[in-house]
Amino acid sequence: MDTATPAVTVALHDGTRVVAESAQVDARRHGELLLPAVDRVLADAGVKLDAVTDVVVGVGPGPYTGLRVGLVTAATFGSALSVPVHGLCTLDGLAYAAGLEGPFAVATDARRKEVYWARYQDARTRTEGPSVDRPADIAERLAGLPVVGAGAVLYPEAFPDARGPEHLAAGALAGLAAERLAAGEELLPPQPLYLRRPDAQVPKNYKVVTPK
Amino acid sequence: MADEPLVLGIETSCDETGVGIVRGTTLLADAVASSVDTHARFGGVVPEIASRAHLEAMVPTIERALKEAGVSGRDLDGIAVTAGPGLAGALLVGVSAAKAYAYALNKPLYGVNHLASHICVDQLEHGPLPEPTMALLVSGGHSSLLLAPDITNDVRPLGATIDDAAGEAFDKIARVLDLGFPGGPVIDRLAREGDPAAIAFPRGLTGSRDPAYDFSFSGLKTSVARWIEAKRAAGEEVPVRDVAASFQEAVVDVLTRKAVRACKDEGVDHLMIGGGVAANSRLRALARERCERAGIRLRVPRPKLCTDNGAMVAALGAEMVARNRPASDLELSADSSLPVTETHVPGAHSHDHDHVHEVSKDNLYS
Ligand SMILES: [Zn+2]
Repeated sequence: MDTATPAVTVALHDGTRVVAESAQVDARRHGELLLPAVDRVLADAGVKLDAVTDVVVGVGPGPYTGLRVGLVTAATFGSALSVPVHGLCTLDGLAYAAGLEGPFAVATDARRKEVYWARYQDARTRTEGPSVDRPADIAERLAGLPVVGAGAVLYPEAFPDARGPEHLAAGALAGLAAERLAAGEELLPPQPLYLRRPDAQVPKNYKVVTPK
Repeated sequence: MADEPLVLGIETSCDETGVGIVRGTTLLADAVASSVDTHARFGGVVPEIASRAHLEAMVPTIERALKEAGVSGRDLDGIAVTAGPGLAGALLVGVSAAKAYAYALNKPLYGVNHLASHICVDQLEHGPLPEPTMALLVSGGHSSLLLAPDITNDVRPLGATIDDAAGEAFDKIARVLDLGFPGGPVIDRLAREGDPAAIAFPRGLTGSRDPAYDFSFSGLKTSVARWIEAKRAAGEEVPVRDVAASFQEAVVDVLTRKAVRACKDEGVDHLMIGGGVAANSRLRALARERCERAGIRLRVPRPKLCTDNGAMVAALGAEMVARNRPASDLELSADSSLPVTETHVPGAHSHDHDHVHEVSKDNLYS
């Protein structure tokens, strides 16, 4: 499952292929949509949750509130079912889904006029990033490269060769994970790639009222 | 009793990641991970820091609570979670975890109200709540007078703060006095050595034409800050203990006066006080004194149950199970401004099958 982009997406993978998949784009309702999507995917596949042997979750980078929904859901499944939970960089999933041969980049919307991005040598090999930057600041470095994802589509001046898919579908994430696990690779711990420090903004209520 | 509902409760509305387990009205576990120290240097809770801490602490705290209670997740009769009110991003971590846990173990899910939970927690301390119960809830986030004829589905707001919460006033004054965050405990401690009558600070909304049960602490806060600033401007030493005692007295005087009045007006002979400020020793003492004089029985849980915790959520969840209240469904969302009148968030189709919960579809465990 992945909730690091506006898409809430869940897939069931049997090690060889995607058995069932769900992807809904709604940046504001990750919390409401994820569990029903899990339920639907399992129902489509005719499988119960306790048949799942591994949980894979996108660890971002992505807008934090949505990102955490996927991570805490995956971690809780892992604890409740006593199965391992693996993390994968969300951008790696998009790169894998794009399936491009040569060098390219992936960019997703980081809001605040920035993108989360990474550079790839091929669909499976990340060579730089993930990082968060303003499109104009990285446009020159990525000049001439296709850039995959909604972050590219949003900023055509910076990324003239924007490509799909815009959002991740979890089938790609699961496929990549299945490949890596079969090859005996360790995946990431299921912990968020925030890339930004929290805004140390104290809520309004706590502003100093003492007149000077 | 073994046939009482065994419920796990999750609370993440502010800066405490709480997981509690109760059987009926018996507390089995109360695991809390707090991020308060991280917030201290900002002088208040920073929502994003709180949300990050909840994510890190969530599963370890669930596992710690289960271990402490000596039960397995599979033994549970339900999972309860604070659906609101609270910080949106923080609530969402707990709600997501609760939904995942309930789904994975095929248990009914109960999204419940944080304020109603603060009241219901007293069942773990003093047994079943009298009906109705009058409740005064005071903390950094809330100051309310509530009448609860039935904690699972009938809680009526009589009054609330029109500006700052009582606990916020403590934090603010502590900051003006350079005492750090949170302000409640340190002001309570210093006030014990001060004179509560030394300075006559204003009692907000206590005029004869003011709303009888509403509170206002903003004017008091400003008045105390101005008094301190004036001392400093005059080059005089600030009598910190007297200021603390006089300020605290103004807060607890108004709180207890209005609470006792509400009990009398409504003919309720029990008063429950909860929320973090209920740990304040002067509030407890003055409430006891005034309740005794008015013939009202006072119920205040131990301090650890007054502050935010998972046990209070579990306590209300257990009551929901015991009274066959409808469960929530998988679409349950966090509602940062959930009204207190919504004691829980039943699923959209729950009236069709009453307490048959929506989570358990036949594609789960057979
Ligand atoms: Zn509270």
